[in-house]
Amino acid sequence: MSAIIETKELRFAYPADEGGQPVFALRGVDLEIEKGSFVVVLGHNGSGKSTLAKTFNAVLLPAGGKVYVEGMDTLDEKLLLAIRQRVGMVFQNPDNQIVANVVEEDVAFAPENLGVPTEEIRRRVDDALKAVGMYEFVTHAPHLLSGGQKQRIAIAGVIAMEPECIVLDEATAMLDPVGRREVLSTVHRLNQEKGITVILITHHMNEAEEADRVIVMDDGLVAMDGTPKEVFARIDELRSMGLTAPDTVDLLDRLKKDGWNVPLDALTVEECADAIAAAAKN
Amino acid sequence: MEPILQIKNLTHTYGVGTPFQRSAVEDMSFDVYEGEFLGIIGHTGSGKSTLIQHLNGLLKPTSGQVLLGGKDIWAEPKKIRDVRFRVGLVFQYPEYQLFEETVYKDIAFGPTNQGKTGDELDSCVREAARLVGIRDDQLEKSPFELSGGQKRRVALAGVLAMQPEVLVLDEPTAGLDPAGRENLMANIRDFHRNRHTTVILVSHSMDEIAQNVDRILVLKSAHVLMSGTPAEVFARADELLTAGLDVPQVTRIAMALKARGVDIDPAVYTVEALEKQLLALRKGGAVC
Amino acid sequence: MLKDITLGQYFPGNTVAHKLDPRTKILLVLLYIVALFCAKGVVGYALMALCLAVCVRISKVGIKQLVRGLKPVLFIIIFTGLLNLFFVPGETYLFQWGFLRISEEGLRNAVFMVLRIMLLIMGTFLMTYTTSPISLTDGLERLLNGLKRFHVPVHELAMMMSIALRFIPTLIEETDKIMSAQKARGADFESGNIIQKAKALIPILVPLFISAFRRADELATAMECRCYHGGEGRTKLHVLKYERRDDIALTIGGLVLAAVLVLRRFGI
Repeated sequence: MSAIIETKELRFAYPADEGGQPVFALRGVDLEIEKGSFVVVLGHNGSGKSTLAKTFNAVLLPAGGKVYVEGMDTLDEKLLLAIRQRVGMVFQNPDNQIVANVVEEDVAFAPENLGVPTEEIRRRVDDALKAVGMYEFVTHAPHLLSGGQKQRIAIAGVIAMEPECIVLDEATAMLDPVGRREVLSTVHRLNQEKGITVILITHHMNEAEEADRVIVMDDGLVAMDGTPKEVFARIDELRSMGLTAPDTVDLLDRLKKDGWNVPLDALTVEECADAIAAAAKN
Repeated sequence: MEPILQIKNLTHTYGVGTPFQRSAVEDMSFDVYEGEFLGIIGHTGSGKSTLIQHLNGLLKPTSGQVLLGGKDIWAEPKKIRDVRFRVGLVFQYPEYQLFEETVYKDIAFGPTNQGKTGDELDSCVREAARLVGIRDDQLEKSPFELSGGQKRRVALAGVLAMQPEVLVLDEPTAGLDPAGRENLMANIRDFHRNRHTTVILVSHSMDEIAQNVDRILVLKSAHVLMSGTPAEVFARADELLTAGLDVPQVTRIAMALKARGVDIDPAVYTVEALEKQLLALRKGGAVC
Repeated sequence: MLKDITLGQYFPGNTVAHKLDPRTKILLVLLYIVALFCAKGVVGYALMALCLAVCVRISKVGIKQLVRGLKPVLFIIIFTGLLNLFFVPGETYLFQWGFLRISEEGLRNAVFMVLRIMLLIMGTFLMTYTTSPISLTDGLERLLNGLKRFHVPVHELAMMMSIALRFIPTLIEETDKIMSAQKARGADFESGNIIQKAKALIPILVPLFISAFRRADELATAMECRCYHGGEGRTKLHVLKYERRDDIALTIGGLVLAAVLVLRRFGI
């Protein structure tokens, strides 16, 4: 499979306060995100995960190294619109990314900016709203919707660009568990049915359970990169980075240290129970 | 234990007389005991936010009563401000209420409104700052220079500085990363333990509630669905799941183990407790 | 509570008054205002009132709602009325008490002035009641399109207006929250003199402004991420299109204005 996003020796620094040194948020990141994959990026606050996400569609430009979106260099200003059309972004605060006061107008915002013909906009708006399960709210006022519903509108607004990839920059952080589930199941469905690449930035560990790949950022570098099972099995390292593992892995880890013969990579409740039950019977 | 807060047949209806009329809290009754750590859990729209704004008199009941120390808080409406000092309420994302030039002044806002001055004020502010882990050298900084997690601590200190008898926290850890969540909860636990202040924690997260509180109140569509110790509540995990609420992941593992014939008590909600049960089981050799 | 304020009120509906192109409605309101200031006599004013009544009837907007719109300007209406009533000099006086006297002209002026303001406000409100804010800004943008030649940033102004409309409910909600949070810390917004009351607003205004700036910053980024690059090359989900009913409405509007001008000539 080919890469949709590629970073090479990516560095980024935020401007320093008066007299201070610039703070490097990214210190040489090399990544390839495969087309059609579901990637979760974990890390504590200040680990560089959000900064990384913002370089993927040229909201932030590399201070060193390169970011390529389908081979296009994000430093090339002429390619800006083409890059942003391919990599859509959903942010944390649902209220601060909705532009219009009618749902359909908001979803239409991106295609309008791209100069898509009117009939085509109509089709895209309807399709996008159906894809996130919000079609019945087409003429509603967004401020009356729940947080999860607002985020689904924001996702629809991104899908209407017909992007290759959606980046969710802590898009579930402000939601309640119900809203979080709504958003997660929506992006999983888009990934499976439409083949859209999903990059989910989060600090909720359990959102990583069903990902194809988990990347853990720490101090501006990629600290771990692998399948969820591989990453969560390294529970002590995760803790040292200010993260936690799901309780399933925590329990297995404790039992293992107590001398039980259990694997560490049983992530889901069912897998975990199977593993413990099997060990208990021996 | 004596009840410090008594909620009696509390009902709050929004938009009376309009087509949008709806009760966010309906005929709710429960007691909060002195010195306890109470958790309130429920979905968005279950009436949590409306309920807690009654506890310090920000909202007035449509019907029913809220008693603080045995006295109706609305007996003398002019003295409602005193109730707000006695029942400290920390809203969601409290860092968005910071406004002063320095951290010190912001924390001092509440106690100053209480009429405290001089040394008394100073000791309130410094003690509150210490409780949430704000260093002395940070007190003279602008609150807007601090990180997100630190801002939240300052806002929390702003309420603690009023030295309330009851502390109500609405989603205090929302949006924080795991380390930030754990640190803040540790501060709150310490505060509760050292001061014996009654603490009411409102949260979406069943895990967070399970790990911290003495007693849980589960709300569902404007009513109290159940209340009891965590063990009592999670013993009814099936009911919680049918009501669309979460149960802690540990409880779900225990339930799955029980379903697989492992003989354990599924009303367990911490990793340590489940580990202990499993170890005891193995020692006893009483597997299956 | 702040939540009770309804701004940019719009009552959705499916009548001709709702369906008219927003540009037509803006032009009609302008025509109506011009005609109001041209009307001179009883017949002229009667015609204006009749026009409004017909439009209200067509739009199915309740007369109650229209009258409610007059409430905020009630003071101005009464003030203008009294000013005209007592201070317009005339030949014959109907009533005199000390320096207060009412002339025939004064009475006439007062009645017409009050009528004019009321009709003007109700006419404008009828437009906002039947047009969604978004199509109103859209209509304005298209109407003022010609000004682009003179480097007037028409698209940007329209975008600002629609973002303002979008964020009014959000900011009202936020103000409510901040007020509650400060009240929980013992803030007192009710008692004290004017200076104390103004001071009490600081704990609300500072967080509100900071939050508004943060929102603006985040919204700008979100808009850029959705390929916003100014008005150039933009298409629209809803394209405004003049239809037969717009032609008819504008023709009627023109005829009414003509009739008022004719009546004015005859002084009635």
